[in-house]
Amino acid sequence: MSTTTPAPSVQGLEPEVRLGLYSSMVLVRTFEEAILREYHADKGPGFDIGKGLVPGEMHLAAGEEPVSAGVCAHLTANDAVTATHRPHHFAIAHGMALRPMAAEIFGRTSGLGRGRGGHMHLFDPDTHFSCSGIIAEGYPPALGMAFAFTRRGSDAIAVAVTGEGAANQGAFHESLNLAALWNLPVVFVVEDNDWGISVPRSASTSIPNNADRAAAYGIPGHRVEGNDVDDVHEVAGRAVARARAGEGPSLIEVHTVRMWGHFEGDAQGYRPDLAEVGDRDPIPAYEDRLRSAGVLDDEQIARIRADATERVEDAITFAKGSPEPDPAEAGMYVFAEEAQS
Amino acid sequence: MTLTDTPPASRAQAGRRLSTSKAMVEAIAQEMERDESVFYLGEDVAAYGGIFSSTTGLLEQFGPKRIIDTPISETGFIGLAVGAATEGMRPIAELMFADFMGVCLDQIYNHMAKIHYFSGGRVKVPMVLTTAVGGGYSDGGQHSQTLWGTFAHLPGMKVVVPSNPADAKGLMTSAIRDDSPVVYMFHKGIMGLPWMAKNRRSIDLVPEGEHVVPIGKAAIARAGSDVTVVTLSLSVHHALDVADTLAGEGIDVEVLDLRSLVPLDREAILASVAKTRRLVVVDEDYLSFGLSGEVVASVVESDPSLLTAVRRVALPDVPIPYARSLEYAVLPRHDRIEGAIRGVLA
Repeated sequence: MSTTTPAPSVQGLEPEVRLGLYSSMVLVRTFEEAILREYHADKGPGFDIGKGLVPGEMHLAAGEEPVSAGVCAHLTANDAVTATHRPHHFAIAHGMALRPMAAEIFGRTSGLGRGRGGHMHLFDPDTHFSCSGIIAEGYPPALGMAFAFTRRGSDAIAVAVTGEGAANQGAFHESLNLAALWNLPVVFVVEDNDWGISVPRSASTSIPNNADRAAAYGIPGHRVEGNDVDDVHEVAGRAVARARAGEGPSLIEVHTVRMWGHFEGDAQGYRPDLAEVGDRDPIPAYEDRLRSAGVLDDEQIARIRADATERVEDAITFAKGSPEPDPAEAGMYVFAEEAQS
Repeated sequence: MTLTDTPPASRAQAGRRLSTSKAMVEAIAQEMERDESVFYLGEDVAAYGGIFSSTTGLLEQFGPKRIIDTPISETGFIGLAVGAATEGMRPIAELMFADFMGVCLDQIYNHMAKIHYFSGGRVKVPMVLTTAVGGGYSDGGQHSQTLWGTFAHLPGMKVVVPSNPADAKGLMTSAIRDDSPVVYMFHKGIMGLPWMAKNRRSIDLVPEGEHVVPIGKAAIARAGSDVTVVTLSLSVHHALDVADTLAGEGIDVEVLDLRSLVPLDREAILASVAKTRRLVVVDEDYLSFGLSGEVVASVVESDPSLLTAVRRVALPDVPIPYARSLEYAVLPRHDRIEGAIRGVLA
């Protein structure tokens, strides 16, 4: 069976590491709040999903920042991350440049995909980041990235992220088996936010702990209860070190929280915990803890927040000021020979 | 380097004849020697050598790190190939039967085919998906389909379908070197397998050394003036057989071997039809919503007055039956092709 955190072993985390975790979470939240604002600015009258500067589905990750911060703290830009339809927190925590990221979300030519991808399809060669809008299907490509790294003699690893709903998909299980069979340097991460859109995990999943599924493939599994970034950092550190050392894959499930809807516009009428979900915000809790531990004071908090706001607003301004794609070029980039620029 | 725009029958090359499967393997081996990043993975591709001999001898030559047997886990290993390709390797992943696309299509059409576009051209996916297609040997309706129209319908992947040994080699070379994903569909009936009825052209002349057939160029397999038969894969051979028969009656059939579906060589189709004014499309894929309709539409869109007569010979829209009499009734075999040619000439 898998193991479960909280464990008593996280006291030793360096203050600089904790500041980094906090800063990552604040930057992500600042970004998500800015996208939230821009997304809803012009959807009216009423709510029309196709209207406005940022049209289409929008899946924001408020509440899930401890997962991305705790995992990505162990990665370099040489490591790959494959994320989900809710990708912003992992993209930012892994170091994606905010300007081209925001521009892609706004569908502009200066975006990562020149407006061809959108918020569920962010591809960044500089940080080996990609994501897929199809549940669990980001797992198999991570195997190939890890395979390529190993063949090239690199110690880079791949991190594959899904939600708890994906653990019932075939791609999830095929990937765990193949990674274990071939001893690939992959860290599988499951973000358990309790909800597959409107379906609670109790109605979707036959066991309470997806990390237990690791045992079926002979690899370590660990569940982090409590959405605690220090715990995620510790558990992910072991899994990343194991992968980097050539000892094979691990599975980590983090019990996190989806503070907002599945997508924007989701009224969440199905959700009995709606009134209390704000109480589970991991960022104020972590801020208090760091303050009590003397790691963080009000001045630093203000500075970190101001820096995040400045970076995010710069990216939003850049995105809005970038040209929209030329409709005549919708057919460009289907094939590689069309990508000369 | 040999650059081939014409089929091997029209080339006066001395010597060496290979089966289609050996020609395909030769191209893979030459590219693997040339480029360290090429590797081959799939079910029963190592010790077995591919159940349709697509990899025979490669394990012995390149070892298990580059010729890799996978579990029966197509989503897993095709997805692995996609990820490895985005990181600069050149994987060849074999989907044992095209019919198995149903268990892994998401990795193929939502990932392999779309990543380059989604990334605005910044992430390339230089991989080859090889797969066996076709029926005619009573393998039932889940192991006999061609399904190339389905792959070709979904944007972002090139689709090549060789009909003879030289093209099998040349198109494989091109597919491996292409920076876009290429689906390479080989008909079991053209491989020259010793355990399956084979046409007389499945063992033929193959250039030695580097041999490249450009993707997207059709070939005139037989020049003629009375009627154009546009076809591909095993049906090319059926069409050539029928053309030989009809030549005795003074009917001059042109057979156009498409070789690639994506990109489709519409110019070659139009050029031939402009000459003959009569078109028969022979397609071993399902009739409706597929290749045969696409070919006819391409001609009509270009010039509605070009055609005086058109027929399609394809699989009627039924699952492929098992019993030989039933399967032969639905496949585009000689009798139906001949009937269609006579029909457009009537």
